[in-house]
Amino acid sequence: MRNPESIIEERKSRHRPQTGPNAVIEVEDLVTHYGERMILKGVSMNVLENEIMVIMGGSGSGKSTLLRHLMALEEKTSGTMRILGNDIDQIGRQEFLDVRKKLGVAFQSGALFSSMTVGENIMLPLYEHTDLDALTMEIMARMKLEVVELSGFENLMPSELSGGMIKRAAFARAIVMDPKVLFCDEPSAGLDPVVASALDDLILDMRDAMGMSIVVVTHELDSAFKIADRITILDRGEILMVGTVEEVLASKSERVHALLNRIPEEDTMDPDEYLNRLVGEDNPGTAHL
Amino acid sequence: MADHKVSAVEKIEGVGKTAVGFVEAVGNGGILVAESVYWLMFGVRERQPVRIGAVVQQMMEIGINAIPIILMLTGTIGVMLAIQGIHTLRIFGAESRVTIGIAFSVVREFAPLITGILVAGRSGSALAARIGTMKINQEIDALKVMGINPTRFLVVPALVAMLIMVPALTLLGNFMGLFAAGLYVNADLGISLAAYAHDTIDILSLDDLGHGLGKSCIFAVLIAVIGVVNGAGVQGGAEGVGKATTRSVVQAISAIIVTDMLFAFVATR
Repeated sequence: MRNPESIIEERKSRHRPQTGPNAVIEVEDLVTHYGERMILKGVSMNVLENEIMVIMGGSGSGKSTLLRHLMALEEKTSGTMRILGNDIDQIGRQEFLDVRKKLGVAFQSGALFSSMTVGENIMLPLYEHTDLDALTMEIMARMKLEVVELSGFENLMPSELSGGMIKRAAFARAIVMDPKVLFCDEPSAGLDPVVASALDDLILDMRDAMGMSIVVVTHELDSAFKIADRITILDRGEILMVGTVEEVLASKSERVHALLNRIPEEDTMDPDEYLNRLVGEDNPGTAHL
Repeated sequence: MADHKVSAVEKIEGVGKTAVGFVEAVGNGGILVAESVYWLMFGVRERQPVRIGAVVQQMMEIGINAIPIILMLTGTIGVMLAIQGIHTLRIFGAESRVTIGIAFSVVREFAPLITGILVAGRSGSALAARIGTMKINQEIDALKVMGINPTRFLVVPALVAMLIMVPALTLLGNFMGLFAAGLYVNADLGISLAAYAHDTIDILSLDDLGHGLGKSCIFAVLIAVIGVVNGAGVQGGAEGVGKATTRSVVQAISAIIVTDMLFAFVATR
């Protein structure tokens, strides 16, 4: 890990926290299981207006599962979750759909539809949820492509783009409906440091320009320290700490220290759980759309 | 001894798991059909209508692009039936009555069956592969987060297109099979095409046509549902997609043949 002082100095020069007072996402005592295995063990956290919240943790810590819950893609075992002031267990189908329209997501793989051009991918939410005419949708798609510096690429197929470009195009699609909350799953994974850094700048710019809250799941420390207003650290399904970059860097917790310095933890997994994982009995899979 | 007991328990457990998996797959298929009907009927009210463009695109892929192969194979089947029919009836000196056998066999049996099997191999597998790939690439999740129902967006257009195009292709297969058989009968027995057509129209009733087309509608639903259920159940990346695709073709063809037999049994009682 880099020197904490240098990280803090660098943040002071370019990070402008503008966090609002209200929570856009509130999670209380969230518990979830995959089969018999408990993945999240009573997670409580919130994401504030105009905040970049980074969720960090080692492999298998539950950060991707938590992100899927925040996007309302998973069924929880217990706990409550409020998105944009709506308790997702209490609202009806139409209200839930209205909430969903205010969320954007850029998946790790980009998840662009391979049968559509980049432009069609970006226009899809507009086509499905608005009554705009085709020309207006095209203009909006071009505007969003300009935001992510992909102007002129609207007629290419996703297979014709590089990894970094696919992620940018995914960002463009995620922000086309001007969401209140943007979710990013491992935005810099698999990218070279220069492209990864440019994506970090893009996330900061989008937050500043559009005033959205952004939730980023990453295990890239440099990226997390660069963009985060607050960091949630997950460990084995539990929250280890929530705090600003400065608070995380100053933490005396051994487990936080181990994560930041990439020190492998001792293997304390239950032998039965390990065996189940090997034979795949804890992976339920789903055959639903 | 203990090993034998463990082995027996494992076998029973395996049978149980397979049975549960089968029931689950059938249940998922039923839910899928119910959901599809819901979106077809109430999509507009839910402000998520089924897009005509998507249905037309699927119709092109499932139906229009399959026309050459359907024509070729149903034509071949028609000639094959004529050859076998004439050969068999010649034993009794009744080869001139071959038209009856050809007409019933093509319209009631072979055109719907061959069309169903071809569409299962061509489009059912493509549907499973497409949905499986979308699932592992998180495209299905992306749709959900965008507030787009995947069943309405992906399944309903394919199902509707199948329901329109499989009977349409069957109808085309009927004409091609009968026409090709007529050409052979004309060449072999010297019966004119006009006389052959007259005999065929005389023999066939609307019930026969309905029998074949009714079956093809059931095949269409089976192909679509089996393709989607297998695609949605994909696990394990590209290899999983390959397995799901193969499984969907095998299951769809098996389901078509079994349904064909059951339909024939029920319809002829």
